[in-house]
Amino acid sequence: MLHLWLIPAFPLAGFLANGLVGRRASKAAVNLIAIGSVVLSLLWVLKTLAALGPLEHTHIERYFTWFQSGDLRVGFDLAVDRLTAVMLLVVTSVGLLIHIYAIGYMSHEGGYYRFFAYFNLFMFFMLLLVMAANFLLMFVGWEGVGLCSYLLIGFYFLRHSATTAGNKAFIVNRIGDYGFTLAVFLIFLGFGSLDFETVFAAAAGRPVETSAGALTLIGLLLLAGAAGKSAQIPLYVWLPDAMEGPTPVSALIHAATMVTAGVYMIARCAPLYTRAPLALDVVALVGLATAVLAAIIGLAQTDIKKVFAYSTVSQLGYMFLGLGSGAYSAGIFHLVTHAFFKALLFLGAGSVIHALSGEQDLRRMGGLRKHTPVTFVTILCAAVAIAGVPPFSGFHSKDAILLAAHHHAPWMYWAGVATAGLTAFYVFRAVFLAFFGTYRGPHHPHESPAVMTLPLAALALLSLAGGYFNVPRWLEPMFPPAEGAHDALLVYISVAAAAAGISLAWLMYVARPGLADRLAGRLGWLYRLVYNKFFVDEIYDRALVRPCVEGSSAVLWRGVDAGLIDGAVNQVGMKARDAGSVLRLIQSGSIRSYAAWVLWGSVLALAALVLSRGAR
Amino acid sequence: MTGVPLSWFLILSAVLFSLGVAGFLIRRSVLTVFMSIELMLNAVNLSFVAFSYQLKQVNGHLFTFFVMVVAAAEAALGLAIILAVFRNRGTLQVDEVNSMKN
Repeated sequence: MLHLWLIPAFPLAGFLANGLVGRRASKAAVNLIAIGSVVLSLLWVLKTLAALGPLEHTHIERYFTWFQSGDLRVGFDLAVDRLTAVMLLVVTSVGLLIHIYAIGYMSHEGGYYRFFAYFNLFMFFMLLLVMAANFLLMFVGWEGVGLCSYLLIGFYFLRHSATTAGNKAFIVNRIGDYGFTLAVFLIFLGFGSLDFETVFAAAAGRPVETSAGALTLIGLLLLAGAAGKSAQIPLYVWLPDAMEGPTPVSALIHAATMVTAGVYMIARCAPLYTRAPLALDVVALVGLATAVLAAIIGLAQTDIKKVFAYSTVSQLGYMFLGLGSGAYSAGIFHLVTHAFFKALLFLGAGSVIHALSGEQDLRRMGGLRKHTPVTFVTILCAAVAIAGVPPFSGFHSKDAILLAAHHHAPWMYWAGVATAGLTAFYVFRAVFLAFFGTYRGPHHPHESPAVMTLPLAALALLSLAGGYFNVPRWLEPMFPPAEGAHDALLVYISVAAAAAGISLAWLMYVARPGLADRLAGRLGWLYRLVYNKFFVDEIYDRALVRPCVEGSSAVLWRGVDAGLIDGAVNQVGMKARDAGSVLRLIQSGSIRSYAAWVLWGSVLALAALVLSRGAR
Repeated sequence: MTGVPLSWFLILSAVLFSLGVAGFLIRRSVLTVFMSIELMLNAVNLSFVAFSYQLKQVNGHLFTFFVMVVAAAEAALGLAIILAVFRNRGTLQVDEVNSMKN
């Protein structure tokens, strides 16, 4: 026993301590509890992994039976294998850096203890999610991180837009979770167990489904869950709105860890997907479509956090493309590097927003590299990493995905390359707009404190060098590498696309600053279409949300509830009252009228008696 | 039997009872109503005794005694109530003793 349970238990204890008594504690005490619990968690992860060594086999610890019903036994079981090890390291290390950063970022905000309590709770659920050894326990973590996401998006609960964004995230995720739940039912139906070990061993014995079958259906339903959590088409709409939360939340939950849970889940279920190639094709298509669409939308956004949010959606699409091409390890690799550079982009954006007292509009930034040099340099590291400039981290992982996509279907490779060019363009557009040119806003920018810049520096190092963590090699025993030669030409093409994107951004926003506006004016309707995000939110609103709300209020509320249920109750009451108002007349209170009733009653009884005698 | 047939007794009893009922329903004075009730009780007594005599059984007589005892007790209680009502209200009209209503 290595006491795996301690890994999630530390943040849970931190949550309880801060949540219960943090209100009265000093900021230093809140910091100590929140950061300390994550540090302990990280140390315990390192100790565990050191003790487990090369992890040739999955290490499972079974603690107790959660519940048992008939044939179904669900245990509180935690497991560590190579995939989980990668996730544990990413979650705890990036999580720790963002926790430290948040000390500086949240220092002026109200609800300080509440923020860190939620953050620790999130860490608990996320660690539970990646360590769970069965589908149901994983689902607990899955829902738990969704809850924390909801709580933290709506952190500024006095702002109406924040609470509606929280609701949107929660409701859209419920739609995906419905699919996840159905998939779990089907898995129990098909395999008689929810244990990863049992299910995957049984799935390995099944033939590959050439046409749609049970495994394909399970795969598609799991994809629905993953699409909700990881913001894929058609459920991606919640993630850009989720930027209403504080920026450390965007970095930790909505960029680095929680939104990658869907990617992790599909990689975890690889034994199911390899036997359902149809479902895997859908994964690739959804991922590619999301990557392209979100990258295009990201081109025209003016809110720096929205640019990075759409970038996150797009990069998650990349990961799905990798998974769908059968290169699970490439998807996970990109998950890891993305966690580094996207967390850094968000934290850098947070540092900029902090410097400008809350300004998020790129059009009111500019020239910040003189005012916030550390932020500028670190964000630049993230930008070259995400753009896929060799030899930085994003290059390695994106390259692995694109090669796998080319092996899977060449047209997917070309679409991916085009997206890589778009990615390079929109990221450098944001960098150039924010840090080059002259300052266009009314504030006095200032560099952030060291407690914020040090995590930036650490993440910058990871973004630059993270590509040399050879995640695919480490995961080889679990996910055999896809065959296919390493084609140098394909690599050159993708690098060229990135270079083209960067130079175009340089041309449009630094060398010839008026060019972008003229181009936008020339392409009026196209620009407006992209600027308004293809009106997807409006279409969903018209096609789904409003019919649902109005149908509910017209049919379910006015028709069924007010009309049928209330109506039935009211009618029964009214009829009883009417009958009573007639019967009441008998109860006159006058003895003689009662006596008269007795008389008439006996006369009637006698008459009936006499008549019946006569009839007989 | 001495020649008076049973039906005569029963007819007399029915007539007396109907008179009692009519008096109970029609008269307003409590005392008259009270006397009407006595009339009804005695009409029933008459039919009991008549049947008892006819069937050569003693049960009817016994019932009659019980009814007479109850009637005596009822008369004592009833007159006491009537006295109390008259002292408080100064009237013996049944329709006017209705303060429990509404």
